Amino acid sequence: MQIFLLILAGIIGGIIGGMGMGGGTLLIPILTIFLDVPQKNAQAINLVAFIPMAIIVTIINIKRKGIDYKSVLLVAAPALVTSVISALLVKKISSKALSIGFAVFLIILGVAMMVDTLRKCIYAYMHKCRDEYINND
Amino acid sequence: MLGKAKEIGNKQSLPCDRDYSKMSYGLLEKEKKGLDKLGKKGRIVLTVIASLFVGVANGLFGGGGGMLVIPIFTILLGLEEKLAHSSAILTILPLSLVSGIVYIVQGNFKIPDGLWVGGGVILGGLIGTFLMKKLSNNALKIVFYTLMIVAGVSTLIKNLG
Repeated sequence: MQIFLLILAGIIGGIIGGMGMGGGTLLIPILTIFLDVPQKNAQAINLVAFIPMAIIVTIINIKRKGIDYKSVLLVAAPALVTSVISALLVKKISSKALSIGFAVFLIILGVAMMVDTLRKCIYAYMHKCRDEYINND
Repeated sequence: MLGKAKEIGNKQSLPCDRDYSKMSYGLLEKEKKGLDKLGKKGRIVLTVIASLFVGVANGLFGGGGGMLVIPIFTILLGLEEKLAHSSAILTILPLSLVSGIVYIVQGNFKIPDGLWVGGGVILGGLIGTFLMKKLSNNALKIVFYTLMIVAGVSTLIKNLG
């Protein structure tokens, strides 16, 4: 049963990750809350599991959608430096402190993205409203 | 009809036809002007600074970096949304590779569990990439962000309670 749930958690995280929405943001909490995986282990699983998935999805994306390599390089290069440093820091942080930090990160990110999406919805609605007014007149 | 639209635009007779009318990438026109003032160099500097946080999220929290990359690509670098998402996955790949190695060396990657989840992630990833066209579905996004907030609050409760 545990194995089945682990695979299921992976599929859910994978779908969201494959859409380029950051699968880890849901995979990690699913693993820690429902399957009692310790925070650091859940983070490790997410990082490692992302690698083969990202390779396959990228091969598909190159053919189907294209990739902006300049932008990738511009972001990946500086991020690479800080990711190594912060990954090394994890050893010195307790799992509990890490969980709390991660939770706060999730909430802030979730709220920010939600506000952004709602704004776009309002924008789309406003346009529809104007077009209807023009057409009906 | 165009003349009518112009007339309405000038008069601003509609309550719904004001600030939001020239919005792009979720930004209002005046915010976009502020970004334009930065110029190309300013945008690149801002991108590099923001990228440092992407690395921190990836290394420290083992995920979530991709979510930060999307607004960098769309707002700062002006990429179209689907291109931003496919580029984001490739951006996170090298980060996850180096962070993942550090996590493995520190002994945080547990073999049987990790492999089961990993298999699921690959399967889910393939489904996800073909679902990417559903990205324009705002309802789906709102559900996802709600789940994120719920997951965050649950994690907090579990660790503080």
